[in-house]
Amino acid sequence: MGAIGRLVRTTAFKLSFVYLVVFSGLTLFLIAYISTNTASLLDRQLDATIATEISSLSEQYRRGGIRQLVSTVELRSRRPGASLYLVSDFSGRTIVGNVADLPLAVLGLPDGNLTQVTYQRLDGDLDRRYDAMVRVFALPGGFKLLVGRDMGELSQLRQVIYDASQYAIVVMVVMGFLSWFFVSRSVLKRVENMAETGHQIMVGDLSRRLHVTGSGDEFDDLAESLNEMLERIERLMTGLKEVSDNIAHDLKTPLNRLHGRLESMLRQSSGDPAEREALEDCLEEADNLIQVFDALLKIARMEAGSSGDSFADLDAADILEEIGELYEPVVEDAGGSLTVSVARPLPIRGNRTLISQALSNLLDNAIKYGRSGDAEDAPLSVVLAGRQDGALVSLSIADAGKGIAPEDRERAMLRFVRLDKSRTRSGSGLGLSMVAAMAKMHGGQLRLEDAGPGLRAVLSLPQATQRQIGRGGENGHKSDHAGDGTPSLAGPSEP
Amino acid sequence: MSGAQSPLQDRGFPVQLDQEAISGRRESMRVLVIEDDREAASYLVKALAETGHVADHAADGESGAHMAETGAYDLLVVDRMLPKRDGLSIVEDMRRRGDQTPVIILSALGQVDDRVRGLRAGGDDYLTKPYAFTELLARAEALLRRNRPAEVETTYKVADLVLDRLSHTVTRGGEEIVLQPREFRLLEYMMRNAGQVVTRTMLLENVWDYHFDPQTNVIDVHVSRLRSKIDKGFAKPLLHTIRGAGYMLREQG
Repeated sequence: MGAIGRLVRTTAFKLSFVYLVVFSGLTLFLIAYISTNTASLLDRQLDATIATEISSLSEQYRRGGIRQLVSTVELRSRRPGASLYLVSDFSGRTIVGNVADLPLAVLGLPDGNLTQVTYQRLDGDLDRRYDAMVRVFALPGGFKLLVGRDMGELSQLRQVIYDASQYAIVVMVVMGFLSWFFVSRSVLKRVENMAETGHQIMVGDLSRRLHVTGSGDEFDDLAESLNEMLERIERLMTGLKEVSDNIAHDLKTPLNRLHGRLESMLRQSSGDPAEREALEDCLEEADNLIQVFDALLKIARMEAGSSGDSFADLDAADILEEIGELYEPVVEDAGGSLTVSVARPLPIRGNRTLISQALSNLLDNAIKYGRSGDAEDAPLSVVLAGRQDGALVSLSIADAGKGIAPEDRERAMLRFVRLDKSRTRSGSGLGLSMVAAMAKMHGGQLRLEDAGPGLRAVLSLPQATQRQIGRGGENGHKSDHAGDGTPSLAGPSEP
Repeated sequence: MSGAQSPLQDRGFPVQLDQEAISGRRESMRVLVIEDDREAASYLVKALAETGHVADHAADGESGAHMAETGAYDLLVVDRMLPKRDGLSIVEDMRRRGDQTPVIILSALGQVDDRVRGLRAGGDDYLTKPYAFTELLARAEALLRRNRPAEVETTYKVADLVLDRLSHTVTRGGEEIVLQPREFRLLEYMMRNAGQVVTRTMLLENVWDYHFDPQTNVIDVHVSRLRSKIDKGFAKPLLHTIRGAGYMLREQG
């Protein structure tokens, strides 16, 4: 059903269907027009022929009486393709003619009306009945003259037209399928290729270009102008990258010096506790500054979507279980419990480091805000889950804490937004916006939901298709750490 | 970025850096620092000298490449962005020549692909600026150790602690210690680097294959669990916390 639905939605199908309907309609109209006109022409001809015969025979009668009429009718009856003739006397008895078994009523018809009758030929097969158009003409002296034409020709013509329209419809349907095949094969294939390339470009491979066949048709024009556009976007992106690289370099140089100087002073400090504490505080503040700065740069990069070649085919189930394993002792030490519930497999295409870091941010938040009471040792229960959700893979982290009010959920994902109004707890307010940027970069999204009670953060990422897996095979994830595309976010991890 | 407590407060900055612990029983390294920021370079050179090593400094890519060609160094610390010549191209050239001197690449960039690019160019390790000196030193020493004759041993031994890599068993004083798979890998890494400082980031990278910095002190929790398994009930602790640096597995307290 789904396959048929998809077929019906394709442009090729719609175009071919419209083509078929329009051309069938036109053909039928043409055939109908020709056949009605031909039929009425033939009718008129028949009428004229009969009228001519009657006037010529009645002329014979006037000239030579019934005798001459009879001989003329006999003569004409013998000609090949003769008309039908019948002459009867006043009592209705047939005097001469080449028809038999006419309905009796026919001779009683008034003058001049063409009537359709069935009859038998005297010279032919006696069992077969034929259709004819006849006209009765009353002669002086009570004689009646009947002249008619067989309708065989007319029905043959009808048959020819009927056959022709049948053939025409068959040909139309075949043509419709051919055009569907052609349109979907050659024309729409190109559109599809363009869409596919566009998708890959959006996923992050900005260096790709649309194929220009060189035929100079509209598709080439379209491809060329899109390529120009891509050229421009790539230049802009490179520019952005350069600018952010330069900012990173220029801002980090003084921070680096500051850090170096503080470390050096700390190493040589006299041991005065107050002095050491001040230096340590300075170093800590410098590190926080660097972290915020790095996080901002990283979010900007991820929002620009420049993943480069750092994406690989991954099983999100592994990622979840590994991060769960990393955090389980931490949650337990905090007096809580971490439950990991993962369905397998969860194929996705992405960067393991970025996804792990996002999950780590969410777990940090859950540990920090997920207690189900205000007390330091209130119960802490964190559930890490992964499952397939249609074409999506959804990874979720739920706690049983106070949660986030529905009206604050969107805002919570913005940069520097901290819902903790007193801002007493440490944090930069960049954690969730980094997770949201990561999701966006992977073509997915971050949703905050009510876990009733508590907060559930759901990361929905597109499930990798078989085709994508095939394509990504060459640079698949290696467990060797050097193979992982990695941002070493956060400057100093060690004091 | 959920902050948590500061890593510094959390982990405790040393009152007096235990220089003996960090570099005491090691022969000195000859280090070439290729870094255009003279001030930052001077802190690094000074800190290396303080820890008993000999460091030279080159302020641009060209002179750095020339000095590297002499082959007189045990280790190179190369900044990525350098005047006259890009840091990565120096490393690429060295590797093309067959020069396998360990290289630590420094970068102000901490972006998704930079690390991969640095390692692909032939770097052995990658640090984002600003880095803690102890981190650099620990990594440098791990690299130099790695360059010594290959370790094909199937068992590691520190005092009476024995780790069998083939049967995946750990014993201390003949008594079997049951470890989780990840704890085993953690101990394996620490025993391979026995007598040397391993930082939290090194553990995170080499044992968990994570290249980011979790805000919570996850590594400390894992190490303290491991410690309770291998040291609890034994007179002599083997797993030591080196304040301000990381951990070390060694026989002497």
